[in-house]
Amino acid sequence: MTIEQQKFSRGPSDLSTFLNGLWRENPVFVMVLGMCPVLAVTNAVVNAISMGLATTFVLVCSSALVAMLHNFIPKQVRIATYIVIIATFVTIVDYVIQAISLKIYGALGAYIQLIVVNCIILGRAEAFAGKNTVRKSILDAFGMSIGFTFALLCLASVREILGNGTLFCNTPFVIHLFGPHFEPWAIMLLPPGGFFVLAFWLLLFAWIRQRKTSKGTLTS
Amino acid sequence: MNAESPGFILINSCIMNNFVLSAFLGICPFLGVSGKFETASRMGMAVTFTLIVSSTCAYAINALLAAFHIEYLRLICYIVIIAAVVQFIEMFMKKYSPALFRALGIYLPLITTNCAVLGLALLQTSKGYHLIQCFAYAVGAGTGFTIALVVMAGLRERLNLHDVPGMVKGTALSLMLAGILSLAFMGFAGLGT
Repeated sequence: MTIEQQKFSRGPSDLSTFLNGLWRENPVFVMVLGMCPVLAVTNAVVNAISMGLATTFVLVCSSALVAMLHNFIPKQVRIATYIVIIATFVTIVDYVIQAISLKIYGALGAYIQLIVVNCIILGRAEAFAGKNTVRKSILDAFGMSIGFTFALLCLASVREILGNGTLFCNTPFVIHLFGPHFEPWAIMLLPPGGFFVLAFWLLLFAWIRQRKTSKGTLTS
Repeated sequence: MNAESPGFILINSCIMNNFVLSAFLGICPFLGVSGKFETASRMGMAVTFTLIVSSTCAYAINALLAAFHIEYLRLICYIVIIAAVVQFIEMFMKKYSPALFRALGIYLPLITTNCAVLGLALLQTSKGYHLIQCFAYAVGAGTGFTIALVVMAGLRERLNLHDVPGMVKGTALSLMLAGILSLAFMGFAGLGT
């Protein structure tokens, strides 16, 4: 039985809940949510990974807590409650990153605290965790955050390779991809580069989807 | 020019370090509400007003938190304050300007989750601005946001009349436009020196 058939027979399976965020409803490439961190921190792969991990922690913890508490939260004040829950976890992440590495903290700047207003997290709390069981919510949150981290990595690798000629710079594992005569494409590390690279990734995914649907109509 | 003077902060946050195009704050409304010139300019005004009020409130609450040495509550306090300010503006507008209230519709409560509002409160705290500098910063950021939104809306209204490939239509095209606008705004970077 394929995933699609399971979905229609007895609600979405665990696997399809998990995969949903990864591909079909990828928060960045399909739903276009949470653009601020996606564009701002993707000038180096290390920053993208740290941002992805921080968002994963906040998203999973807040989804679990919202799913646990959703029977006790009055409907009228649910959004305010969700925001306070999210802000609590973001404060924890903020202090943890500060304790682990001041260099990364400096590079990410205010964007760690701005996870609070990342639409993905509030969106998942409102659209999924507030209506489902704890287990399903955690699976969904993991899928979404892996999808988000994947998108951050897609952008960051292109921007860092073209703009700096390296991968994993600022770490001990730095790889220099091109020879010493490489002229860095500096615009990629600057704000316009973020917009352009994201636009091209969106185009690529739109093209893949379009090809898929046109193939589907041809065979059926 | 003195980098700490309110005038410089205003110009800097408005043009040289435009909140949308070089700090990536408030991208969601920038892509979502920039379809029509009319809505874009109204949204810009509402955000500017919210920025000014919430920046002043954030300054006051930060002084209060510092007095009691409970800075770790800063983020939670800021977001609650911003939500309250937006709610207050919503009620105020409903009473005194129902037309504007109806025109903004769903975008008004969504200002709460606009990164620019929380971002401004956090940045002014980390830079240690005093009250007048905070005010200049808020006005500059709001004006910058409005300029970006209005320019983008103008471009997109023009684009509607042209024939673009179906695949590019939508977000991808908006992002490319934003990239070109961002390039243009980078030209202002030398203004301060």
